[in-house]
Amino acid sequence: MKKFNKVVSAVMTSALALTMLAGCGSGAASGSDTFKIGAIGPLTGAAAAYGNAVVNGAQIAVDEINEAGGINGVKIEYKGEDDELNAEKSVNAYNTLKDWGMQILVGSTTSACSIAVSENTKADNMFQLTPSGSAEDCVKYDNVFRVCFSDPNQGIASAQYISDHNLATKVGIIYDSSDVYSSGIYQKFAQESEGKNYEIVSAEAYTQDNNTDFSVQLQKAKDAGADLVFLPIYYSDAALILTQANTMGYAPTFFGVDGMDGILTVENFDTSLAEGLMLLTPFAADATDDLTVNFVKKYNEKYGETPNQFAADAYDAVYIIKAAIEKSGVTPDMSVSDIGSKLSEAMTQIEASGLTSSKMTWEASGEPNKEPKAVVIKGGVYVSAE
Amino acid sequence: MNKITKNNLITYGIVIFAYIVFEILMLTGNLSSHLKGLLVPMTYYAVIAVALNLCVGILGELSIGHCGFMCLGAFSSAFFSKATENVLPTVPRFIIAFIIGIGVAALFGFLIGIPVLRLKGDYLAIVTLAFGEIIKNVINSFYIGIDSKGLHMNMKSAMDLNMEADGNVIVNGAMGITGTPHNANFTIGIVVLLISLFIVQNLINSRDGRAIMAIRDNYIAAEATGINVTGYKMMAFTISAAIAGAAGVLFSHNITTLTASSQYFGYNASIMILVYVVLGGIGNIRGSVIAACILYMLPELLRGLNTYRMLIYSIILIVMMIVNWSPKIIAWREKKFGKSGMFGLIGRIIFRRNKEVA
Repeated sequence: MKKFNKVVSAVMTSALALTMLAGCGSGAASGSDTFKIGAIGPLTGAAAAYGNAVVNGAQIAVDEINEAGGINGVKIEYKGEDDELNAEKSVNAYNTLKDWGMQILVGSTTSACSIAVSENTKADNMFQLTPSGSAEDCVKYDNVFRVCFSDPNQGIASAQYISDHNLATKVGIIYDSSDVYSSGIYQKFAQESEGKNYEIVSAEAYTQDNNTDFSVQLQKAKDAGADLVFLPIYYSDAALILTQANTMGYAPTFFGVDGMDGILTVENFDTSLAEGLMLLTPFAADATDDLTVNFVKKYNEKYGETPNQFAADAYDAVYIIKAAIEKSGVTPDMSVSDIGSKLSEAMTQIEASGLTSSKMTWEASGEPNKEPKAVVIKGGVYVSAE
Repeated sequence: MNKITKNNLITYGIVIFAYIVFEILMLTGNLSSHLKGLLVPMTYYAVIAVALNLCVGILGELSIGHCGFMCLGAFSSAFFSKATENVLPTVPRFIIAFIIGIGVAALFGFLIGIPVLRLKGDYLAIVTLAFGEIIKNVINSFYIGIDSKGLHMNMKSAMDLNMEADGNVIVNGAMGITGTPHNANFTIGIVVLLISLFIVQNLINSRDGRAIMAIRDNYIAAEATGINVTGYKMMAFTISAAIAGAAGVLFSHNITTLTASSQYFGYNASIMILVYVVLGGIGNIRGSVIAACILYMLPELLRGLNTYRMLIYSIILIVMMIVNWSPKIIAWREKKFGKSGMFGLIGRIIFRRNKEVA
């Protein structure tokens, strides 16, 4: 009998625990008087800067739209969830937002997470607009679009730009082989460079485990006579490369992509070393157009920091969604799947302008068409390179 | 029915009961999509916790690189599934993927075991940590593609594969494998969990298992009684690696993007699994399963607290550890609630302390 009691109590305890869990769920929302937009990004951990920028940037756009009376008179409800830069957690975040009643997703912030989530949005046919998921596979489904350039596009655009402007004859590359973003751009850049008016003389990789000493990679580029070094990497590593190149007396033109945005904010970095650095970036916080000035001011007031391109992409994403909703005439009482189909259809018809480009259109494939902006650092600020 | 069999049956019972309850909730539409999404990860973390418990609790060797084996299982099976996605029907493909994932993880468990198991204690822990990182970094540098001419592979870049126009890059360096078919579901996860439990629990209660535990309890005495120490250590370690590989197969077929990055397979992830094992009770298989499920779910259920949840999660972890394992609190608990009280029962049934290990 004692044994039986034990079994019974084991069953009872697990039942108890399970009912508790079950109680947590089942919140299928029916909010039919507002559009519910969700955002996903890493809000904690090493990449928190990106996720917070996306969630905050979108928040500003949502606030602006709501103040101005909403989309076709319908207000937006907005919520951001954390994914800790983990694809698994990103899917969990997506499911959480779905329980909240999300109808449109701005996310995920990073590529791998965005790809994992797109598998689920496809199953639900939810409209997904990733502000900054740049890997090729992010938009492979019909319901997914992006605001930023794809990695391959950045590689192609960089190769085009360097060749069109005769910036170099010999190009060296230093890239991060452990990073999806960096190796993605590198691969396309190298492919695109064939038959251009310059040649790639060195392509050296490093990984996140040895990103403190770049003297070997720099020395190889120098020995090969590279007069331009292409850095498809994030700014924190690039700051070290610039410093070390200066120490060894090597002064080629350095050319970066949008990950380079932020190099002027690196602590203890002598920004004079970044003089002459060129980068392709969709957004420069010190641009003087009204839209940027207004956005930067609001962001600064609300969050106490200068927004980066992630925030700008997310801000644009919300306005792009607004434009698509207005074009397609969807209403919040429609099902998620209906909204998804209509918005995907409308995306190819709209033309949006925003912080990251004055004219953006979309292919059905989900890729944006916009002009890359090249800037050069002069006197510690971004100046248009044109 | 002896005590051991009954104890094992309770473990299966809990798993099957949980499965039935969740299935009913799902069918009646009472389960939120958030929880639905958590079910499969819960099963594979429970599986790898069982695997690690075999290594840490039964064999008595601290391994902190077990996610490396999970990584191997995940990549080898995902590679197979992706390569044969349009050739084989789903069911046989997924079964073969399991066999491949488990086989590759077991093979590497065996190979790594040869040098590693000559070490003991802290040294072994450090070397397993190193191997876990090596596996992750080596996989990160592979580029493998398939075209009409067959398999291409190198460690430089995807362009150097020199593939035909119809080529398909499957493993793309740090970008890993994307687009693995989404085959894993809760039922398969539970079946894998039950099979791993069956293997581990029967191993423990077999002649081999007793030999393995004898090595753990007294190495010299075990050797003196004629037990083939190296052989049994290898056996336990290889089985443990194989089960970790099975967890990897579930992992890669649940999340469609697979990258060998530290948040999934690094030493932090391995230590998280070790936390499951330690909190569930070293040597206590049932405890590992329950601890893995609870600890995986906890930060998710705390989502309402936003960024504070990491802080609260850590505090809960500390409190749980103290409440479960502090001798003073165990004594207080028994005095207050009695050994047969609800609390005492939960404590004894779920977190049954393994006296031999203590």
